[in-house]
Amino acid sequence: MNFSKIYALGLRHIFLISNSLPRIIDLIYWPTVQIFLWGFISKFFTLSSDYYSNTVGIILTAAILYDFLFRVSISFNMMFLEEIWSRNFTNLFIAPIKISEIITSLTLTAILRALIGLVPAAILAIPLFGVSVFKLGLPLLFLLLPLYLFGVTLGLLVTSGLLRFGPSFENIAWASLFFLAPLGCIYYPIEILPYSLQIVAKGLPLVHIFEEMRNILLNNAVNYFDIIKSISISIVYFILGVIIFYSSYLGAKQRGTLINMGE
Amino acid sequence: MFIQIKNLSKVFKKNLAVDKINFHIEKNKTVGLLGPNGCGKTTSIGMMLGLIKPSEGEIIIDNKNLESFKRNEILTRINFCSPYIELPKKLTVKQNLEVYGRLYGVKNLSERILEISEDLDIKNFFKRKTGELSSGQKNRVSLAKSLINKPEILFLDEPTASLDPDIGDFVRSYIQEYRSKNQVTILLASHNMNEVERLCDSIIMMRKGKIIDRGTCQEIIKKHGRNNLEETFLKLARSKDELQ
Repeated sequence: MNFSKIYALGLRHIFLISNSLPRIIDLIYWPTVQIFLWGFISKFFTLSSDYYSNTVGIILTAAILYDFLFRVSISFNMMFLEEIWSRNFTNLFIAPIKISEIITSLTLTAILRALIGLVPAAILAIPLFGVSVFKLGLPLLFLLLPLYLFGVTLGLLVTSGLLRFGPSFENIAWASLFFLAPLGCIYYPIEILPYSLQIVAKGLPLVHIFEEMRNILLNNAVNYFDIIKSISISIVYFILGVIIFYSSYLGAKQRGTLINMGE
Repeated sequence: MFIQIKNLSKVFKKNLAVDKINFHIEKNKTVGLLGPNGCGKTTSIGMMLGLIKPSEGEIIIDNKNLESFKRNEILTRINFCSPYIELPKKLTVKQNLEVYGRLYGVKNLSERILEISEDLDIKNFFKRKTGELSSGQKNRVSLAKSLINKPEILFLDEPTASLDPDIGDFVRSYIQEYRSKNQVTILLASHNMNEVERLCDSIIMMRKGKIIDRGTCQEIIKKHGRNNLEETFLKLARSKDELQ
């Protein structure tokens, strides 16, 4: 791994963001809207539901964590799509940068983009709704780690699709997370799902992450076994994502689509 | 031989795009790759750049096989310029050169950027976004990117396509000048026969994925009894026989 090349590709995306105020506003705007929306819903539930009455902001915390996953994945996809939109694909793939360095760079830059949007929104939630996600303390990092890995994995799968099917796969990039959200049990316990779907949901790291988040907020206790389980599942998916990305790249070389990929 | 192409073929599904081509390029020579649209020029260059996997054959650059040798080490010594690919439009000219300079591991990058920008007269729009430039300006920036690493091998795919005669002449003169001052082997794909005659030491003619003739411009013109390369090109492109 050559870190100066990883930095160079990251720099391309940092320049892109820093050159455009509307782009920065766009990164902050959507997480903030989410916080407002779920903040008011959360407030309403705390007034009307016994389940949530003791824990103000359980939904808002879930919304922030889910948005982190969403932002990481979308950021990964967006950075790849930027290369397609700008017809820069050929320049990138003839540069002496390894695929592993491209993945690492996109992975590291994705968290930067996600945090630019999410940190202001999470801070805004403190005075507005009296909810601080930071109160989770150290376990917050343990919840964010598998979310980050899974977000990157989804990004890898979508970009693999872009390599395989070309820019027409773009719509799937936007829809990918919404497809998994119902099974992620983000805002409700897993028991809500039909039994057959519970089995499928348990194969995703999201259920374990959000169940553990509720456990921490409701019971003020951390179940490290669940956290390790969610991280382990995320790592397995991540490795799978990397393998699929490599195979899509090799397939694109075989089909010759790297040379004319563009809008 | 600096670049050796041995029995190189590429089949896309059932379409034979490149059919067992063989050629070599000596170090510091400029070779023109000519042929009608769809004859396999871009596919051949794509394979030499490592972007397309050959169905058959070998690409040997400086005695190293592109497929089996560490791809990155070869790519550090190569670059490519084409009006059909672009640099990120939302980045300024300077930012694009900085990003690509770093990707190619260029030492003393600031000095190199300054040097190349003065040579190609792009310094006055250094801070403008690349997408806002005219096609002539974009073309020079693209050329600057392709020379940022002082490549030993430069692939040029129609470098002056869509340029007005003045800018086209500037680019051709610059390539000539650059070649005289630097050690560089160039493979030039072009439809501009004057450009080919001016820049190339020899040419390779392709049609339907095959090499149909090769030699110096004068040799080929003479061999086919034509007055210039344009007429020779038309004869070869329209001929039904494989001439080689």
